Amino acid sequence: MTDITNNSLTKIVDLIKKKEIKSEEVTNAYISNIEKGKKLNSYITESFEIALKKSKNFDKNPNYDLLLPGIPLAVKDLFCTNGVKTTAGSKILENFVPKYESTVTNNLWSEGAFLLGKLNCDEFAMGSSNETSFFGNVINPVKDNTVPGGSSGGSASALAAELTPATIGTDTGGSIRQPASFTGTVGLKPTYGLCSRWGIVAFASSLDQAGPMTQTVSDCALMLEAISGFDPKDSTSIDRKKENYSKKLNKNIKGLKIGIPKEYRVDGMPNEIEELWEKGKKILKEEGAEIIDISLPHTEYALPAYYIVAPAEASSNLARYDGVKYGFRSSKGSNLIEMYENTRSEGFGDEVKRRILIGTYVLSSGYYDAYYLKAQKVRQLIKNDFDKAFLKVDAILTPSTPSSAFKIGEKKNDPISMYLNDIFTVPTNLAGIPAMSVPAGRDKNDLPLGLQLIGKPLGEQTILNLALLIEAKSSFKRNISKWWEK
Amino acid sequence: MSIDKDKIKHTAKLARISLDEKQTESLSKDLSNIFNFIEKLNKIDTENVKPLTSILDHTLRAREDKVTDGGIRDQILENSPSKNEEFFIVPKVIE
Repeated sequence: MTDITNNSLTKIVDLIKKKEIKSEEVTNAYISNIEKGKKLNSYITESFEIALKKSKNFDKNPNYDLLLPGIPLAVKDLFCTNGVKTTAGSKILENFVPKYESTVTNNLWSEGAFLLGKLNCDEFAMGSSNETSFFGNVINPVKDNTVPGGSSGGSASALAAELTPATIGTDTGGSIRQPASFTGTVGLKPTYGLCSRWGIVAFASSLDQAGPMTQTVSDCALMLEAISGFDPKDSTSIDRKKENYSKKLNKNIKGLKIGIPKEYRVDGMPNEIEELWEKGKKILKEEGAEIIDISLPHTEYALPAYYIVAPAEASSNLARYDGVKYGFRSSKGSNLIEMYENTRSEGFGDEVKRRILIGTYVLSSGYYDAYYLKAQKVRQLIKNDFDKAFLKVDAILTPSTPSSAFKIGEKKNDPISMYLNDIFTVPTNLAGIPAMSVPAGRDKNDLPLGLQLIGKPLGEQTILNLALLIEAKSSFKRNISKWWEK
Repeated sequence: MSIDKDKIKHTAKLARISLDEKQTESLSKDLSNIFNFIEKLNKIDTENVKPLTSILDHTLRAREDKVTDGGIRDQILENSPSKNEEFFIVPKVIE
């Protein structure tokens, strides 16, 4: 056997099921990669002892009927893991050890997987480059000094570098899809309510969704199948039967209607992205899909509406970090109020403070109607755009991002140019519909580029099938050299 | 729109975050830029649009009013930065 970690998750599952390899061997192979991959800074916490113990238990007592038999998995450090530190990339949760397990991670463990470690991310998932983490920048394995995207940057980096066979992230405005695009991997944001939010550190509750990040589309279907499902502990969880996405995955897209929204052709977008989009259309057309021009007229208002809704919800969610019940507490301050103020000032980083202030401002007395209410109305218009489009088409094809991965530091001091990164991903969070990024090509600097497929509510199977075709026909290869091991 | 330093100080007070002069200055600049960007929304007429408060078509489920969890005081206290056997400890509130 050559290096097991070169394989996709689906292949490793297959090898374990065929008893050609043991869970412990797989686990040791990833641990060795992680130890050689410290330079990428993708892990915040390693849980090798737990992983080795669980892998040995699995090998002694295997259950091959599970979806993820004996598979070690690292997850974004935004998922609460029972007994394992959960930081959300923040100083304020630096030493927080949850006493409970998030539903989605619990779903993974019920299917035979176990925790390998917790992955770096932007602080409280607020960022598009993984430069806001208290635990430092994450490096994109595709190229040194380049960002992996964010906020699930550690997840994307660890996945692309083969430091975990698959992972899960969270997506509030593009935090799964943009890093997937930047690292040449697959990432899917499910329909709002498909995956439970219980036990995930909250950022913006009406937008947050957990989703898979994987090397291949088949892996993505498998992981989505494992994590999705109704959860009575999340009041926004959709009560419906679990889908067998991996079993139903197929390339028959004949007759499907694919919408191309003209508003996604933005000024200053590199030619290569335009060409990639054409390539995607061509692939789908050749396989029998019908390409239809559509309009989503309120697209340009999605980002400004998002930067009201998301910070408003964040300012409310993050009010709980007061230095009393858990997390960091400042030693400065002579009374309770000063203790709160100093704790939050020292515990939160700059981007988090910026967003809390935006959110507090738009919700403050006298401004609510002008900002929050206005943004909710615009959100309705954006959702109406999609509803109308989906009367005519089955899915929508767009680029995932307006650029490829950028250099560390390049956009750090310009919040707006950083926010513009999410211009193609934010509208689907506002509308609550599923979308995924699949790698499809490269730009002139050889950096990966992704195409985004947007589906109807609960239309995950359709976009997975379309992505499977794009993956097969675009002949994208990650070809990462593991330069960081030298 | 400009968010001046006084507005930043007032908002930071509401959010219980202490800021020094330099941070106040830079947040005033950042937020002014961000609100200029947000102002774009005023271009659309939303007079007759209903605000979207939930993207789900079901109303939030209410659960049965019974205890399903609890009795884990010691576990909960473990994560507190300051506690005794039974309580969270905070700076003195009443003189």
